[in-house]
Amino acid sequence: MNLRKYLKVYKKFLHTSLASELEYKTNILFDLITAILSLIGSIFLLSIFFQNDGYIGGWNFEQALIIQGIYTILNGITNTWFNPNLTEIVKHIREGTLDFVLLKPIDSQFYISLKKINPSGFLEIILGFCLLLYCIKINQINLNLIFLTLCLTTIICSICILYSLWFFISTTTIWFVKTWNATEVLRSFLYIGRFPLNSFSLSLRIFFSVFIPIAFITTIPSEVFLGLSQLWKILLEVVIALIFLFTSRKFWLYALKFYSSASS
Amino acid sequence: MAQNIIDVRNLSKSFDISSKEPGLKGTIKHFFRRQTKSLKVIKDLSFEIKEGEIVGFLGANGAGKTTILKMLCGLIYPSEGSILVSGYLPFRRKENFLKNITLIMGQKQQLIWDLPPIESFYLNASIYDLDKFEAKKRIKKLSEMLEIDEELFIPVRKLSLGQRMKSELLAALIHEPNILFLDEPTLGLDINAQRNLRKFLQKYNKETNSTICLTSHYMKDITSLCKRVICVHEGRISYDGKLDLLLKKLSPVKEILIVCRSEEDVIKLENSGFSVKNKNKNEITINVENNSITSSLKTILNNFDIEDLFINEPPIDEIIGRVLIKKDYDI
Repeated sequence: MNLRKYLKVYKKFLHTSLASELEYKTNILFDLITAILSLIGSIFLLSIFFQNDGYIGGWNFEQALIIQGIYTILNGITNTWFNPNLTEIVKHIREGTLDFVLLKPIDSQFYISLKKINPSGFLEIILGFCLLLYCIKINQINLNLIFLTLCLTTIICSICILYSLWFFISTTTIWFVKTWNATEVLRSFLYIGRFPLNSFSLSLRIFFSVFIPIAFITTIPSEVFLGLSQLWKILLEVVIALIFLFTSRKFWLYALKFYSSASS
Repeated sequence: MAQNIIDVRNLSKSFDISSKEPGLKGTIKHFFRRQTKSLKVIKDLSFEIKEGEIVGFLGANGAGKTTILKMLCGLIYPSEGSILVSGYLPFRRKENFLKNITLIMGQKQQLIWDLPPIESFYLNASIYDLDKFEAKKRIKKLSEMLEIDEELFIPVRKLSLGQRMKSELLAALIHEPNILFLDEPTLGLDINAQRNLRKFLQKYNKETNSTICLTSHYMKDITSLCKRVICVHEGRISYDGKLDLLLKKLSPVKEILIVCRSEEDVIKLENSGFSVKNKNKNEITINVENNSITSSLKTILNNFDIEDLFINEPPIDEIIGRVLIKKDYDI
């Protein structure tokens, strides 16, 4: 793979999608307002849960805010990259415009996963990081290189798991043609990631860890933040992320053999 | 002699199609128990196309033309048979193969809707690994050939269909492909825009010796661009050869309308052995076989007092239309 070419193409993707989005200034403004209000609403909701009993699943409000911070970053990444690109796959397949993607001398997964960005999602990412910085202060967390590396690794792994899940569901469109509802279900599950994994019953914990590892993707990075995570859990997340990425890639390449293109 | 650039042998393609009965009952049945059947849409096709050729694929809706084009450019896997395009197996979609081909579809667009076409051109240029200088040079050359200038800087959503199609062509040709697959490129365009597009394709083919495979329902596209046509009927090739020959085969006679100075000449003409279609006062219409047009005209001009004369080609749409229906399956 020619890395220089891919970087050059990605630069163009950024340029064209930013230019496209900036054509509609009011829309961006509303998206930004929504991002701020959504974060305020989530923190308010969280504070209500913690009002009577100071702990949920062994986590206090200040600790749970870390999960909210990571969730906000992930949601920002979802809104910046996954939502505009991965929901478009369904459209590409339904309308047959995937033809143009497949006939370009570039990796089709790279093209359909990164072609667009929604700049208003950046604000959520920034807000998420600000919330995490605040959490570091109120939870009196010591910053060092190992801590930062582990945090970054687990957050990247969480992004990979979320991307792979979404991409996997979108790929099934090649057979089922319309899977918008499935991606909506995934987004709903992502909301669950705002709460500590321990706050759920055992059966739900198993479900959200094994079948749909949504809780995994916010809880483990949060535990790393608080120094509560064990090494095996971090390694497990890395392994899960790699398996998910590899499987979704192979599944995409396999599914393309069944692509029949839309009729003209 | 030009080499074969496309080689297709015993190509077949089947699709699984689901069918649904009408009404609520049918819908519920279709939801729980979908009935699918395998439908063979392409049946045992074999043909070759030489470098620099422009070949028209003719056929009724659903005959399989677009499926053939999509298999040739590697979008659809064939069920049986083999395809070689420029020495590559298309469905493997190797980088060098993709740099050699392009697909243009009249009903689908790749340009970024909210931005001027120039942005899409530079994006494509980066995908095809062209530097900015080379991209600029090619955009300038192609925009001159396509006669577009200011349109390059207007958002696509504000362009007319004709301007958009020209921009689509430019976006699809920026990497200077050797093989062009065009699926109804003039669909929805007005007569002038159609003519300009045809003019451009002729020029492009002449200048670059590129191979063009074209499908169109506008006969003018076929007659002005393609010397060779492949007629497809229900997934099979019903004719593969020169368009002239096909037309002669399907319409062996031409109509000649003769305006005589007197009604006497009309009667004389009627009795001189010509096949008369109709007559009206001093006008008579005769059918003459294509191969005897010159001799018949000589006879008429030398022996009769003629005021005017018209040779009418039979309407090509009508002739080709006959190829597309079942009764003319074996030409």
